[in-house]
Amino acid sequence: MSQKNSFVREVADKKYEYGFSTEVETEIIEKGLSEEVIRLISHKKGEPEWLLDFRLEAYRYWLTMEEPSWGHLKMPKIDYQNISYYADPTRTKTEKGKGEIDPELMKTFDKLGIPLEERLALSGTAVDAVMDSVSVKTTFREKLQEKGIIFCSISEAVREYPELVKEYLGSVVPYRDNFFAALNSAVFSDGSFAYIPKGVRCPMELSTYFRINARGTGQFERTLLVCDDDAYVSYLEGCTAPMRDENQLHAAIVEIVVKENAEVKYSTVQNWYPGDSEGKGGVLNLVTKRGHLRGANSKLSWTQVETGSAITWKYPSCILSGDGSQAEFYSVAVTNHYQQADTGTKMIHIGKNTKSTIISKGISAGKSQNSYRGLVKVAHTADGARNYSSCDSLLLGSACGAHTFPYMDIHNESAVVEHEATTSKISEDQLFYCNQRGIPTEDAIGLIVNGYAKDVLNKLPMEFAVEAQKLLGVSLEGTIG
Amino acid sequence: MLEIENLHASINGKEILKGVNLVIREGEVHALMGQNGAGKSTLSNVIVGHPAYEVTQGSIRFNGKDLLALKPEERAHEGIFLSFQQPVEIPGVSMVNFMRAALNAKRKYQGLEPLAAGEFLKMMREKRKIVELDNKLANRSVNEGFSGGEKKRNEIFQMAMLEPTLSILDETDSGLDVDALRIVAEGFNKLRTPQTSAMVITHYQRLLDYLKPDVIHVLLNGKIVKTGGPELAMEIEKKGFDWIKEEAGL
Repeated sequence: MSQKNSFVREVADKKYEYGFSTEVETEIIEKGLSEEVIRLISHKKGEPEWLLDFRLEAYRYWLTMEEPSWGHLKMPKIDYQNISYYADPTRTKTEKGKGEIDPELMKTFDKLGIPLEERLALSGTAVDAVMDSVSVKTTFREKLQEKGIIFCSISEAVREYPELVKEYLGSVVPYRDNFFAALNSAVFSDGSFAYIPKGVRCPMELSTYFRINARGTGQFERTLLVCDDDAYVSYLEGCTAPMRDENQLHAAIVEIVVKENAEVKYSTVQNWYPGDSEGKGGVLNLVTKRGHLRGANSKLSWTQVETGSAITWKYPSCILSGDGSQAEFYSVAVTNHYQQADTGTKMIHIGKNTKSTIISKGISAGKSQNSYRGLVKVAHTADGARNYSSCDSLLLGSACGAHTFPYMDIHNESAVVEHEATTSKISEDQLFYCNQRGIPTEDAIGLIVNGYAKDVLNKLPMEFAVEAQKLLGVSLEGTIG
Repeated sequence: MLEIENLHASINGKEILKGVNLVIREGEVHALMGQNGAGKSTLSNVIVGHPAYEVTQGSIRFNGKDLLALKPEERAHEGIFLSFQQPVEIPGVSMVNFMRAALNAKRKYQGLEPLAAGEFLKMMREKRKIVELDNKLANRSVNEGFSGGEKKRNEIFQMAMLEPTLSILDETDSGLDVDALRIVAEGFNKLRTPQTSAMVITHYQRLLDYLKPDVIHVLLNGKIVKTGGPELAMEIEKKGFDWIKEEAGL
């Protein structure tokens, strides 16, 4: 019996295996938000004047705005003066010389399965590792540079490639876009920058791993990808945070520019700390992600597996300007306990013969709320535009909720827009059938959920697909019985 | 092999089984007959551990082990298989993944390594032939879009894969045409060994003609009221259950 108990405890502990925190001396600026704080952040990062101006403009605009309330979410009150906007865990060791990383940080990323030593790295993946407000290290930079590919933290890009950053920053998501976009534009800290030059096929997966560590801080990721004519890149993003009983804010912006005949694949496995089973703590994940398909016949594909965060508010979107451009959105969003997700996409068709596909799979368990919200807009210029949307919801138990909010705004008669939606439930009969064949309930749920989500999981790069499959199983442990 | 003693069981507080006694020995096939609502499916569900049923009294032992203390999946690993009366569909889960999960769960229980992919697929191919199950069906989601007959064949296919020592067939003949019935019954017979036993629930002599049970039980009003040889089934086919009811004083 005691053996059985220890097994149960093991399973319970496994629920969020990234919940540890790192003891590392971190420079954290005082809580609060003001022009002085923004100047301080900009100063610490050694930024040029134009970027400080960009931040201040965004901040002043933000002051005039109100938090959006249209999401199907019960949002805790965020006290923006009670958050520290800059935390740097790399500060203390820098006197020792550049390039030296605190071994504690190395250990942390090792533990997360993201080794920062290139010889240990996943083959074929370059990583930018960001903890709190600072990029700790970017691997394989030199190797990529041989092909003309720039891959570094956005802070470095500001210093080393200011012209590129100036040209594209805020060009896809202007700070006026929404409340959290304005906030991010004012205080953004670190994130990744990648530029793939004309005609270059990026030979490895680029990835960023985001880690929140410090208490009482927010993380304001800013990522910018530019894929020039005829270029190709596949980009991955992963995220985790320690278990804390306070809510932590992650307000990010990701901007992607795709030029003629270029192709970008962007995959996210989001596993921020979701809060405990009583709904205490967890990351508030409030994110604006958008790609602009500027060139003719360009392609952009978003794939997201969202299992973490107390609240997810996120709509990776595409503006299809280039004629013949194609956009895809594949999403699996899992909510358990008291998690809330309001996620989906926007497909804005402007160019002729543009095509978009939306496949969304929501999985709700416990007392969670899971909403798909999506907009398909076809401008009068978009002759021959096509969209196919399919939104499925899977319910585990009867205390959770699944909701679908599809919006369509069609201004061109030749457009073909299709929408399908289903809702299903894992039944006791299905689980018992599996049990009778020898498959325990937890494994049966994993099997059914992975089967349900496989259209999306198949879009992920191999290593991540395996990771995501495991994650889906773990996220739903203890949901039935 | 299977020893059931004074078994009482209820669902939603209503008592369905009212003291069942039954012993099935190694190598034997027993048929369980009786009118609708007599408790036949309840008995099979209780043996495999369906959570909707509550055992209020009595015991079930399987190869000497207290079956009621085991979880449904552990009972499966011990060698008990139920061919469901109405097999459920599991969309999105391919038969291949399903069978591999089931087989490897059993192997883990037995302390064996998971079966290599090649070996497993070879086994799938061979066992499929036993019930003439189409390759296409084996690649589809579990029971999804299967006809009634295909679902029943799929049950026997799974039985072939899992190699149970005690199989329970719950009205496996219902909804089958003459040809499908023959395929299912012959498939079952091919899987029989001197070490395997079965409990067959049916209303019809047709299936029993193929399976040739050793013992016939009549379950009425939650109790086994009559037990006999194969001739008992013939008699029921001719005369129905009324005379047994009278005998039993029901």
